[in-house]
Formats: sequence, C-alpha cells, structure tokens
Amino acid sequence: MEIKGTKDGILVNLEDQDWLDAKGELIEQIASRQDFFQGAQLVLDVGNNVLRAKELGRLRDMLSEKGVALSAIISRSIVTRETAQLLGLKAKLIKPPEKPTKKMKPLDTVLAGEAAVMIHRTMRSGFKVAYQGHVVVLGDVNPGAEIVASGCVVVWGRLRGTVHAGAEGDESAVICALDLSPMQLRIASHVATAPQDNEKPQPEVASVKNDQIIAEPWQL
Amino acid sequence: MNGRVVTVTSGKGGVGKTTTTANLGMALASMGNKVVCIDADIGLRNLDVVMGLENRIVYDLVDAVEGRCRVTQAMIRDKRYETLYLIPAAQTRDKNAVSPSDMIRLCDTLREEMDWIIIDSPAGIERGFRNALAPADEVLVITNPEVSAVRDADRIIGLVEAEEKGPVKLIINRINPAMVKRGDMISAEDVVELLAIHLIGIVPEDETVLVSTNHGQPVVMNEKSQAGYAFLNIAKRLNGEDVPWMELDEKNGFFNRLGKLISGGS
Repeated sequence: MEIKGTKDGILVNLEDQDWLDAKGELIEQIASRQDFFQGAQLVLDVGNNVLRAKELGRLRDMLSEKGVALSAIISRSIVTRETAQLLGLKAKLIKPPEKPTKKMKPLDTVLAGEAAVMIHRTMRSGFKVAYQGHVVVLGDVNPGAEIVASGCVVVWGRLRGTVHAGAEGDESAVICALDLSPMQLRIASHVATAPQDNEKPQPEVASVKNDQIIAEPWQL
Repeated sequence: MNGRVVTVTSGKGGVGKTTTTANLGMALASMGNKVVCIDADIGLRNLDVVMGLENRIVYDLVDAVEGRCRVTQAMIRDKRYETLYLIPAAQTRDKNAVSPSDMIRLCDTLREEMDWIIIDSPAGIERGFRNALAPADEVLVITNPEVSAVRDADRIIGLVEAEEKGPVKLIINRINPAMVKRGDMISAEDVVELLAIHLIGIVPEDETVLVSTNHGQPVVMNEKSQAGYAFLNIAKRLNGEDVPWMELDEKNGFFNRLGKLISGGS
C-alpha cells in the first residue's frame, strides 16, 4: 500500500489488492500513525475494485470516526465511480499525472531542489496539510486551519491559523506571510503565540533566534 | 420547469437557518414563484412550527423517501400563499433514515414542478448536513457576527467547496449596527474579508423576528420589520434582481459603504 501527501490530501493507493484486505490494512495504518492522518482529507485509489454504496459508505464512516475525511475516489470501475458520486465524494478515472518522464537537461544554474508542495487556495478552518518538505500557500490560512511541514512555510496571503515549520526538528526553518497574525506558530520544538497588534499588516518572517521565535518585517 | 435547489446551512446551530428558510420561501412565493421548503433536520424538526403549519402534517420527508406516500402527499400547502409548500421532517426517526442519493432523487422529482426548492439543513457536518448538501445547486451559508459562528461558517464553506457544490453565498444574520459602531461587534466587512465569498444579504438584529417566529408568521410578512425587509431583498437577489443595499444606520452610512465595498470587490 502506497501512502503519500498530495495537494488534494493524502493519497492512498490500494492498487488491486483484495478490498477486504486493503481496508483492514488501511485502518491499521491509520491507527498506527494517528498524528499524520488526524484531520486529513483522504484520496483513495481503489484500482479495479467494484464497490457499492454500502461498502464505500461504511468505510467513509469508519474513517470519519478516526478523524479522517474520505474526500475522493480514484477508480477504473464505472460502478465504483457512480457509487462515489452518490455518496457525494469526488470521483476520478485518471490517476494524477506522474512526474514527467522526460528528463530536463540540467544546466549549471539549476539548484538542487527540495521537496515542496504548493496549495493554491484558501485554507479554511478544519483543513490540515502535513508534508515532508516545504509548504507554499497562495491564499489565506484561516483560523482553525493547520500546516505541519518538515521544512519552511511561505504564505502569500494572510496567515491566521496554526503553522508548525521544521516539524522534524529543523531549527533553521522559517515561516513567512504577507500578513503574519497566526493563532500559534511552532518552529521545531519552540512554540509562540502572536501578540495582538493592530499595526498595519506587513510581510514578516518568523525564525528561531536565541531559543525564541521572533517575527521581523521582511527586508530585501 | 427546472427548479433550483438552494441549501441553507451554517455549521453552528441557532444562527438562523430555519428562520431564513421560512422567510426566503415565503418571500419567493409572494413574488409568484412555486416554492417548496424541505426540513432536512430529521428528528428535530421545527420548520413546520416557524411556518405555522405544524397541525397540518400527515406525511413527512421519510414517508416520501421510503415510498409510504407520493411526494405530493407529503407537500403541505401554506395557508397564506397557494404556491408555497413544506415537506416536513420526520420527528420519530433519525438522520440515517435518509441518504444523500434519496435527497437527490426527491429533488429531481420536485424540480419538474417547482421554481425553487429550499432545504433547511441541520446544524453540524455529519450525515444530515451531507443529505441537505447533496442535491444543492446553490448553497447559502448563514453566520452571525461572532467568532464561533464565523469559524464554523469557514469550515462549512471548506466542506462545500471540497464537494464541489456551489456557488456558495453568505448571509450575515443578526447584525447590530449600533454595536458595530461602538466596536463591540465584528463588522460585516471583517466577516466578508475572512470568509472571502459572495455576500448576498445582511439581516439586522430585530425583535420582531422572535415575535413572528413564535406566532408561526415569518417576519417577511411584516412590512414594518427591518429584518423582514432584508429577507425580501435577499429573495430578490436570489431571483436575479439587482437590489441596492439597505441603509440601517443613516448617520454613518455603514451599509452604504459596505454595499460599495462588495460591488467593487466581487
């Protein structure tokens, strides 16, 4: 079973495993990695499995009891896709595009990349993104939304939710936003709440200095 | 005929979903539309009470869905407007008695006869909410100018967008212009800025709402009520009319400025 983070949520690929086995394995995975799955949107690739409303509905209810929202189904079966639509889930036939196979010729100017995810939408209350790498949001992060990243977090908008950068212990991670008025910021093991200020919003960067999280105006 | 299905929802309870459903239903009917209001809050019905039709219930939503009666038998005709109907919720069952696909089927039948199908969603984000959302062509999110209601509205908008339902439109209910002016209440501008969706109406805090609710006479029938007037304006905007924003505080022209902000911003 393959599990990875995508912009639509956590993608779980059951491939063509037998449904009952796959379901059991998925529930086990979630139970053993609760922090990762808590509050997540789950996209499930069920391969060729033909699923009826009863089966899919039961799985959705089981997942929601564990705090995981089943948001979309990827399937090659028409029946399964219809079921998903009946349940109000998104249904897709095509798998999300794989990384382009054609390799670009590396130029000298190309820097070694680090993994990052781009979220081009407003993150509303209850929406959570957990990612191993950097997270970039083009939009607002509203109160009640949460980002957990092992790298840095950049918000091109208003940051009013909760952000944890350097979640795996990287103290050099930074958090920046056009308007930094978060509910709470965490960098590695440091925690800070933003002071209530009524200053005019300006781009700011938060980083760890002298064992404290400090926010400073963005300077070129 | 090809009716539009409008779901009225909020996440948080007590912000005015049922009041809004009853008033919009009545306002749209008074404009000559054929309207059916559906109470999707199975087990905790009260749209029938607000509309003053409680004593006429014979069949309910669950009866219609489970085939114990025809859909038309579950539709209670309003006592004031001939073109207004109510499908009440069952009181003795729970939300699992109806599924999202049942609601889609029911609404597809009603679309052929009606201009408007207005669904009163239960509070929360569970089965009942999904039932109410499944058939929607348009979603009205109701909120109050208070932090918890706005937070829940934000969550609901996220869920609606995730299900790719919409357009989502916002109604801010129970705003008190005097309190906003004193800085004691979140302003409509702040709510709109946070939620970032199209605003279709602002309803002022108004005692007449409670009085009319208790009498089963939606406030939109009271010509002297500001709230009633606000609901009428929302119905007109739903119907595609361009209605100017009403001025609730003449001295500082608060709603005027807001109207400008919105027409410029969206």
